[in-house]
Amino acid sequence: MTELPATTQRKLGLVIDLDTCVGCHACVVACKGWNTENYGAPLSDVDAYGADPVGSFLNRVHSYEIAPTGGGCSQTVHFPKSCLHCDTAPCVTVCPTGASYKRSEDGIVLVDESACIGCGLCAWACPYGTRELDQVAGVMKKCTLCVDRIYNENLEEVDRVPACVRTCPAGARHFGDLGDPDSDVSKLVAERGGFDLMPEQGTAPTNKYLPPRPKDRLTAQPVDISSLTPVAEEPKGFLGWLDKALEAL
Amino acid sequence: MASPNPTLDTSPKVSDEVRKTTCYMCACRCGINVHMKDGPDGKKRVAYIEGNRDHPVNKGVLCAKGSAGIMQVNAPSKLKAPLLRTGPRGSGQFKEISWDEALEIATSWLGPLRDNAPEKLAFFTGRDQSQSFTSYWAQNFGTPNYAAHGGFCSVNMATAGIYTMGGAFWEFGQTDWDRTKLFVIFGVAEDHDSNPIKMGIGKLKANGGKVIGVNPIRSGYNAVADEWVGITPGTDGLLILSMIHLLMKAGKIDLNYLSRYTNAPCLVNETPGSPEKGLLLRDGTGKPLVVDRKTGVLEPFDKAGINPDLAGSVDMDGATHRTVFQHMAEHFLSEDYTPEKVSDRCGISADRIRALAAEVARVAFDEAFELDQPWTDFRGERHEKMLGRPVSFHAMRGISAHSNGFQTCRALHVLQILLGTVEVPGGFRFKPPYPKPVEAHPTPHCKSQPKCPLDGPHLGFVRGPQDLALKEDGTPARIDKAFTWENPLSAHGLMHMVISNAHAGDPYKIDTLFLYMANMSWNSSMNTSSVMDMLTDKDENGDYVIPKIIYSDAYSSEMVAFADLVLPDTTYLERHDCISLLDRPICEADAAADAIRWPVIEPDRDVRGFQSVLVDLGVRLGLPGFVNDKGEAIYADYADYIVNHQRRPGIGPLAGFRGDGSKSGRGEVNPDQLNRYIENGGFFVEHVPEEAAFYKPWNTAYQEWAVGLGFYDKPQPYLFQLYVEPLRRMQLAAEGHGDRQPPDHLRQRIIDCMDPLPIWYPALEDREIDEDAYPVHALTQRPMAMYHSWGSQNAWLRQIHGMNPLYVPTKIWEEKGFKDGDWAKVTSVHGEIRVPVAHMAGLNENTVWTWNAIGKRRGAWALEKGAPEATKGFLLNHLINELLPPKGDGLRWSNSDPITGQAAWFDLRVRIEKSRPRKHSKPTTSSQVSPVGEGPTIVQKKVEA
Repeated sequence: MTELPATTQRKLGLVIDLDTCVGCHACVVACKGWNTENYGAPLSDVDAYGADPVGSFLNRVHSYEIAPTGGGCSQTVHFPKSCLHCDTAPCVTVCPTGASYKRSEDGIVLVDESACIGCGLCAWACPYGTRELDQVAGVMKKCTLCVDRIYNENLEEVDRVPACVRTCPAGARHFGDLGDPDSDVSKLVAERGGFDLMPEQGTAPTNKYLPPRPKDRLTAQPVDISSLTPVAEEPKGFLGWLDKALEAL
Repeated sequence: MASPNPTLDTSPKVSDEVRKTTCYMCACRCGINVHMKDGPDGKKRVAYIEGNRDHPVNKGVLCAKGSAGIMQVNAPSKLKAPLLRTGPRGSGQFKEISWDEALEIATSWLGPLRDNAPEKLAFFTGRDQSQSFTSYWAQNFGTPNYAAHGGFCSVNMATAGIYTMGGAFWEFGQTDWDRTKLFVIFGVAEDHDSNPIKMGIGKLKANGGKVIGVNPIRSGYNAVADEWVGITPGTDGLLILSMIHLLMKAGKIDLNYLSRYTNAPCLVNETPGSPEKGLLLRDGTGKPLVVDRKTGVLEPFDKAGINPDLAGSVDMDGATHRTVFQHMAEHFLSEDYTPEKVSDRCGISADRIRALAAEVARVAFDEAFELDQPWTDFRGERHEKMLGRPVSFHAMRGISAHSNGFQTCRALHVLQILLGTVEVPGGFRFKPPYPKPVEAHPTPHCKSQPKCPLDGPHLGFVRGPQDLALKEDGTPARIDKAFTWENPLSAHGLMHMVISNAHAGDPYKIDTLFLYMANMSWNSSMNTSSVMDMLTDKDENGDYVIPKIIYSDAYSSEMVAFADLVLPDTTYLERHDCISLLDRPICEADAAADAIRWPVIEPDRDVRGFQSVLVDLGVRLGLPGFVNDKGEAIYADYADYIVNHQRRPGIGPLAGFRGDGSKSGRGEVNPDQLNRYIENGGFFVEHVPEEAAFYKPWNTAYQEWAVGLGFYDKPQPYLFQLYVEPLRRMQLAAEGHGDRQPPDHLRQRIIDCMDPLPIWYPALEDREIDEDAYPVHALTQRPMAMYHSWGSQNAWLRQIHGMNPLYVPTKIWEEKGFKDGDWAKVTSVHGEIRVPVAHMAGLNENTVWTWNAIGKRRGAWALEKGAPEATKGFLLNHLINELLPPKGDGLRWSNSDPITGQAAWFDLRVRIEKSRPRKHSKPTTSSQVSPVGEGPTIVQKKVEA
């Protein structure tokens, strides 16, 4: 058993806007690129050009179709998923070696690869399926929230954000301190009704999702089409209207 | 067990150097920061690629393809050396040869053609981003047979835009993302304006704006659309015409805008039977005339102080003329376009069509606003404000790739203009050097003679029958039959017809097919299996029907296997390129911009940038423009050309850092220009003055700025062409007027399709087949994380899109009793395929679709033979023919738009039946030998010294 810190000074995490995510996978690949070159062992790909390629990814995008409960046409939701840096992270408490840990200063959950024995218990314990055992390195890989970017003094300040946030073309990913109610991300969560993923699991995730806005409203209620009232029913009448309208210009 | 947190270096060194260049993972051309680290041998290696924050296109963001560029550079499929075919065509058996040998062979093939019959070379350059250079080479060679891939991509959108308003979407213009409130997007290829649209949608949503997606498939942008309109493929034009009908009928059009800035007040000759019928009344200098509403007098359209009358009419010399606007009123108010009439065909309820039109009208007129920015128009009138209408539209291939695509794109452009939302705040904005009317573009040229350059640029915009590319005897001058009566306005050529026509010897036989970067034996051709047969077919003497094929590609694609001589290109990080204003620009609405690529790494193989190879071939062949009077090389390589070539005095491929480095647009050659680009992050940008930011076609401040930068040599304000006279001139010829006459079998089609006002007609193929036998529409989409075939060789991207089931809508899924894991037989009038299926609910109920170009030939792209792309992956191309079904008249009718020749990919109709599960999709194609072997099993790379 590994212990969680009683509290953390900050709760750094992501806010992901499901109303805006177009499912382009930009975040997936930027993450793969950064984390191959940085924290710990490179993310490997096995059978890379073969029949069943399996690579380590710290972030993946799933797409779902949802039939609205009140009827209406199916909606498509793109759902990016990575470690949610939970307050009560079961992946930490299950770790037999102390390799999995949650940082007390910012709440980031990390794996100390030098202590990881690749037993996979943490991946079993994570209800979100966000940990992947690297097939080549034999150690557990997970989102680091780009801990080697966000404090990195070799980067310009504007770039001290996770790679997935920096690259997201639609601006659907936001990074900040969810423990600070005045932070931009906290305000966004409040304004848009941000929610926890699977709260019943009791993991108290830090990352939040912003729900898709209501869709297909244009004909859901009777529509006001008074603006389309014809100016005249007959072609001649239309020209009469034109004449008057031109005079009024 | 509590252990102290391990020490962690949170400030590791990111890289040893950052080199800034331009992405080429799709056509979007974003700026990238390539992070370099020292490798074990001390040489710098590519470690990580991210977006360049300063770059005008992507402003720091980067898509999945862009970030995966490192795996393209590391791809095992990269060709290693020039190849000469040793086995039969298509086998993939080659021997490696030296560059000297390769270039000597190419010269020995091409030299005699230039000396005797230059048209026997067909040079088509695919997804070329250097067309102003490759066309220059072809022009100096003297063959009329040159084009890039536009004809099988989105020529309908581009051409309809140029003819209507001087530009279209993407490279021509963009939404005013900062101010728009409603964005309506029709079927889109994601790699066209990829990151800017995603950024724009994000910005629009953050501003509280709404997105309406009109698309048979609810994925990508349509997934985040507030409103999804799952239209039946090929009927977009009908929906747009119905919206125009409703808006016009309700007077929800911008009359002020129409009278000032469009040809709506121009006067149409109505004399029956006259050779002038349908043409506009002009003065002696050719200027269109309008009636001044204040005086009732006829005046040139651009005269200061006039108020052009939309309701005017004139009787002159016995001929009645009424305004274009009155013709439009009759045309669009027709009962044919009521929502009730079009509803069934479009698959959208009449109520929904009304709701869409009402929403567009509400935002355009009720949310109109003004910017406090004075400007002066071309008639000399000063305006204190700029009026904004915050509705914008975007569309690309989805509505283009139909045989009614040109008129559909026209309809969309006309809708925007009627709302007064083009070149105004909140609407659609052109990007410099656009807008440019037809008059600012060349006409096509095709006069070819031995040992001579062509008489002018190959591609252009025809004004009437006199500009068609016909020989003296009236037969097509070009192998692809571009600019003929079959497709008179084919401004991008018809690359998809080249192999088929060359094989058929129709209109003539060629000797050498020279292709660059287009997978024409696979996903870039219709009718893939037959095309492979055409490429390998032999005549009665045992010689190949297409005698010689030269191909340049960086990777071991399917097309490589069909070449006789392969000229291996570099990857995009190993080369010079220029993203030129003379070519396909990357500007923003607020700025002119261009960019370069430069070798951030040197190739580790015996490969050369294709453009430098063309320079070398140009010298070996002694082409004008490439050698001086003494026969000496003018340019050492492509980089040298980029810096030193001048199209007109002071105007070169790159607009930035000219002269002493301080001149923009116009200026002397600057030998240090490429270094200045590199220092500046790989690009150049020049901002549009605020006074010139909108109303560009009519804004004197913009016109002067554009002349200063060299886009054109004198101000050329013009009117938007709601009514397109060149189309009418084609109709007049078809009605029997003029010397140049179409063949009789095409007369009626020209009259029917080339209406000078936007119309809708059913897809050509629909008229030839039994729609009940093929009731289902079939489409492809390009995934956001892939570009054509290129993604499959990329170890990261193929894990995102390694499979392509056929997605089937609920109605068909249930009718046919499909279950997960099932397979289907899909049949078109041309062929059948057997493929895996998957259920999708967010789909037009009569449409199936799959991802484009995931299916691969075994042996290609350095994939293992068991790779899913080569086993279960498939192409819909097998079901699509480049020709319409035979009509029994012995003629070969192209499956293309009859106006532009755009390949009608999305007209495809099929029927679908359940079939037994299989291990391999059908048809199966024999495998090709890989000249580069297969990729490694394990990829685990970190650049470390």
